This record gives sequence, C-alpha cells and structure tokens, in this order.
Amino acid sequence: MDARPRPTLAVWKFASCDGCQLSLLDCEDELLAVAGALDIASFAEASSTLRPGPYDLSLVEGSITTAQDAERIRAVRAASKRLITIGACATAGGIQALRNFVDVNDYIAAVYATPAYISTLATSTPISAHVKVDFALHGCPINKTQLLEVISALLAGRKPDIPNESVCVACKRRGTPCVMVAQGTPCLGPVTQAGCGAICPAYGRGCYGCYGPAEAANTAALAAAWTALGADRRSIHRAFRTFNAAAEPFRKESDAHGDENHPG
Amino acid sequence: MATKTIRVDTLTRVEGEGALELDIADGAVAGVRLSIFEPPRFFEALLRGRAGAEAPDITARICGICPVAYQMSAVHAIEDAWGITVDGPLRALRRLLYCGEWIESHALHIVLLHAPDFLGFPDAITMAAAHGEAVQRGLALKKAGNEVLRLLGGREIHPVNVRVGGFYRVPTRAELAPLAATLESAHAQAIALARWVAGFPFPEFARDYEFVALRHPDEYPLNAGRIVSNRGLDIAVAEYEAAFAERHVAHSTALQSGLRARGSYLVGPLARFNLNHDRLGPSVQALAAELGVAPGCANPFRSIVVRAIEVVYACEEALRLIAAYEPPPAPAVPVAPRAGVGTACTEAPRGILFHRYRLDAEGSILEARIVPPTSQNQSTIEDDLRIIATRDLELPEDELRDHCEQGIRNYDPCISCSTHFLRLEVRRR
Repeated sequence: MDARPRPTLAVWKFASCDGCQLSLLDCEDELLAVAGALDIASFAEASSTLRPGPYDLSLVEGSITTAQDAERIRAVRAASKRLITIGACATAGGIQALRNFVDVNDYIAAVYATPAYISTLATSTPISAHVKVDFALHGCPINKTQLLEVISALLAGRKPDIPNESVCVACKRRGTPCVMVAQGTPCLGPVTQAGCGAICPAYGRGCYGCYGPAEAANTAALAAAWTALGADRRSIHRAFRTFNAAAEPFRKESDAHGDENHPG
Repeated sequence: MATKTIRVDTLTRVEGEGALELDIADGAVAGVRLSIFEPPRFFEALLRGRAGAEAPDITARICGICPVAYQMSAVHAIEDAWGITVDGPLRALRRLLYCGEWIESHALHIVLLHAPDFLGFPDAITMAAAHGEAVQRGLALKKAGNEVLRLLGGREIHPVNVRVGGFYRVPTRAELAPLAATLESAHAQAIALARWVAGFPFPEFARDYEFVALRHPDEYPLNAGRIVSNRGLDIAVAEYEAAFAERHVAHSTALQSGLRARGSYLVGPLARFNLNHDRLGPSVQALAAELGVAPGCANPFRSIVVRAIEVVYACEEALRLIAAYEPPPAPAVPVAPRAGVGTACTEAPRGILFHRYRLDAEGSILEARIVPPTSQNQSTIEDDLRIIATRDLELPEDELRDHCEQGIRNYDPCISCSTHFLRLEVRRR
C-alpha cells in the first residue's frame, strides 16, 4: 500500500453555469479512479466534506463579477499550490462579460424590479485579471479529456499537452470538409483554438468560437472572408461577441464591426 | 431568552450555491429565507439585440446541468414567434435528445447528489466503498444519457446541433442503432436503481401542494402541452404570465415565482408524475405500483423514487423513438424571421421552464423573459423547510442542518440558473 499522501484537489465556482465542473463528474469511467488518485478536499457540488487548505491543485470555474468574489479568489490563490482556470468564464469572462460593453445599470433595470437589492461589478473579468494562473483551460464548456490531461500533467510536474492550434487543424485531422469552402458557411474555425474536437463543422455548421482565440489569430482576414460570403457587419460583430467576447482578439474584431444598436 | 446562532458556510451537493437562514424565536421557527446570491449574469438583458437564432446557444449557458432544456424552450418560443411548425422525425429527435438530458441529469442527482443523504454519507465517492454496485450503476446510467446527448447534440454540455427549425445534422438509422443497445442496458439499470432508492428510509411528510406541470393529449410531457395543476389551472403556455408573477425579494437574486391567485406551487418530477401518471404506459405504471408510489404522492422526500421512475420512462421512450425513427428529408425546416412575440414552456428535469421573446422584423430580440424551475420552487422549498425546522428544532444543530439540506435537495435545485453560495444560518433568539 502506497503510504504517500495523495495530492489534494479543490474545485471553486464563481459566476458560471456549473458546466465545466460538471465535466469532472462527466468522467464516468474515470471518476472513481480520479477520486482514488487525488484527495478531493473541497468540491461543493459533489461532496458535503469541505476541508480547509492548503490545496495542491485548485480548479477554478467562473468569472469575477462582485467585490466579494474579487476577495475570495485571492484567498483561493493563497491556499493553492497550483491554480488552473477551467472554461471561458474563468479564462475570458464568459458570456456575462457582455456587460463590459454597456452600462451595467441598464442590465440590472432590465431584469430586476428593485435594482437596489443587486450588488454587482460593472465588469465580468477573468481570473487572470486578479491572481496568477498556472494554466488556463479553454472552452465553453471545457473538454473532459483535456481536463484529465491537465490534472495529470500538473501533478506529474510536466507541461500539459494542450495544443493551441486552430479548429481548422482539428477539422483536417478529423477529415471534415471545410464548411466555408464546401457550403459557403461562415465559420470561426480559422481563428478559434482547437480542443472541442471540431464538432460544429462535423455537424454541418460553422464553428462559433466557444474555445476562444487561437494563437496569432488573424481575425481581420477572417472577417473579410465572411464579408465575401455575404455576412453583414452586424452578424460579424455578434459572432465575435459571445462566450469569449472579452478575449482581446475577439473584442477588437467585434469593435471593428460596430455595436449591437449601431452596426457599422 | 436564549440566543444561539449556527452558521454553515456552504450548502453542498446542489448545482450552484446559495444560503438558508432560519430565524428561531422563543422555541419556534419565526422565519425561513432561502437566499440566493449568485452574482447575476443578466441573460434577459444581454439577449436584447441578439439574433433570435442565437437564443438556443446563448441560453444554454444559463445552466451546464440542463442546457437542452434551455435550448428546447428557446427554439420552441422563437418558432412560435415566427410561425414555424416542427413535427415528424425532427420533433421526435428533439424528444429523444430531451430524454437523454433527463437520464443524465436525473442519474446525476439521484446517485451523486441525493442518495448519500438517505444513507448517511458525505458524497457518492465515499458511498461507493459500501455501495459500489449502486454508484457504478448510477455512473453507467449517466453515461448512457450523455451518449444520447453526444450523438444528437455533438457534446454532452452545451450541445451544438440544436437550431431554430430543427437541427444542423440528423442521424441515420444506423448511427442510432448502437444507442439502442446502450439504452436497453440502461433501462434494466434504471429499474434496479428505482428499486434501490425505493428501499431508502423516508420521513413521514406531506403537504397540500399545488402541483404544476405540462399536460399533453397523449404523451408524458417533455416539449409541449398545456400548463395544468391539481387545483384546476388549465392554461395555454401563452397565458403563463397572466397566471404567474415573479417577485424580487431582498434576500435573493433569483426572482421568486408564484401563482397570482394562490401563491406557492411545486414543479418537477413529483408534479409531472401526479398530473400525468396515465401517460406513463403500463410497464412504468406497474413499476410505480410495485414501489409503492401512487399518483397524489405529496411527500417530497419520495421525489427521488419518482425521479428514478422517470429515468425508466425516459429509457423506454428513447427506445420507442429510436425504433420508429425514419430520417427526415432535411435536418431543418425553412426559417423566415419576422416581428412578433413567441412563448414556450418545456419540462426541464427540475420542472417547467418558460421562455418568451419579442422580436423585430429582422428577427433580433427586443425583449426576453426566462423563468427557470428553481425560481418557481423556491417559495415551496421555504415552506417545506419551515415544517422540517419546526419538527426538528430540538435536534442537535448538525442534524437539523442535515435535514434542512436534504429537504432542499428533494427539489434538486439548480441554483446556477440564478445563484451562488448557499449558506445555512440559524439564529435563535
């Protein structure tokens, strides 16, 4: 029997949909093995046992949208040897970062009858805007195979094998005919980081960018190609302004095509 | 006057996080507040100005546990506004996709989140040491549901294949065949799961609830139906907002929904079962009878059994849909945006999920309204907790807290649709 203590794992939620931490529970074949290899010290969605840190590894889901959460993430960082952000909310601010482009008070008034009860920041920001992040796993949601790879790599002290190539490369590997070339369907694949398995083109639709910008993405060239396919400014603006709207290359490209109310 | 305060910082094994406060004065429960303070994400606001066709992908992000429910209510509401009818095999595929989500979500809740309460474990992983077979069975069922989502949706969480008018791609009969084999075995596992949970110890508990669910002329409800209750409510989905109102209370960022006429009501598996028992089919009805659950069941602690019965039903229904499937001529019907208002209500795993959109002539969203199941159950949960806390007031505080948490988990509250930290605070004065 191996007497060495198992590395401790903690899972944290900030503003998010729970989907990325669910990816861990979606590892149906591996879950009990992961639980055997790791000491799950704090994972509120899965267990009533919540132990204080320090933790060897923290997985952080969600973005920072309140003053309290901005404090809480500092405490999480201080208690964590390694910190991995999981998903588009934690790495880029998520869909809720659309507030960054408007007056948040308009949003509050649109949803709540008594705005005074609501306490929120004007922006949704990624975890890296607040604390040091050891590795950022992209995706809305993340890919559970990539999650297992990142956990294994960090615990083994090696670099995770997560390519930052574009979805185009993944499509070619999968043998999917290019939807832009073959169908004339606008696709964000050329500028989007791979990792999802290039699902959308395999289902006959264009990539919608949920894994965020790939390295050195030429968004302007892609926007020009979309225009050539007949996409108007508003649809280009919208396409870059979704789950990774606040990621810099996507933010810049959406800004170049107007805003929601005044396209172009 | 004795004063005592208990503070528990996180309510666990719920999807999302929130808080519960109990005020106890002079040995009686004076107040119960289920507080939800998820940092709001403002979906109804950020949808304004988006294309109607984007609604299924954007609203899926409200909840990673039941994204299909959001996609289904979104596409049905937009199709309602644009005068589009989706039927035949496309409608059947949507129902099949929804069955997959019910199986996955229910198995998650039953085995990983709720069963540990009944058997005295902090989580399913610890429970696996003593109940390994049951946990493995639960994971296998969850995986079977996820396989349906993966094949029809492209992936389990935030599927990519749902669109206004139908799908981007539809499967062939040959592609569905392996799914049938998986579901045959899931069906047997679901029956075993239901028998297992039916043997749990259930506290005596019953209330005179108003149950609200969809009701369809010939189906157990998933995608369509009228909104009915056991107290005579029977309305078209478009009349939802005339019958129900949402309140914004100070202690919660989740709006609380109530019947304008009568207040609290209950949605979810127990309501569906009680109002649609006659739509379950003879074999599922026989199983329910064997397990001692009859329509009219008003003990929310038994909802775990009803949830398991629904897993059996969803497996049967998915198999029936696969056997009858003939691929449609096109993956989607033609879509032409136009100005208008559309509403839809579908049965999310946790209960009815209402969407309404107002769209302009180009099909852009001018206004969106979304009412998730958890905000509808919130005041009913508070009412249950008042009774549980009153009954258990003399118990040690740990046990009182555990019983309250179990009472909340009866509803499988998916607090991430609106919330964050669930803390239990008991104030004794």
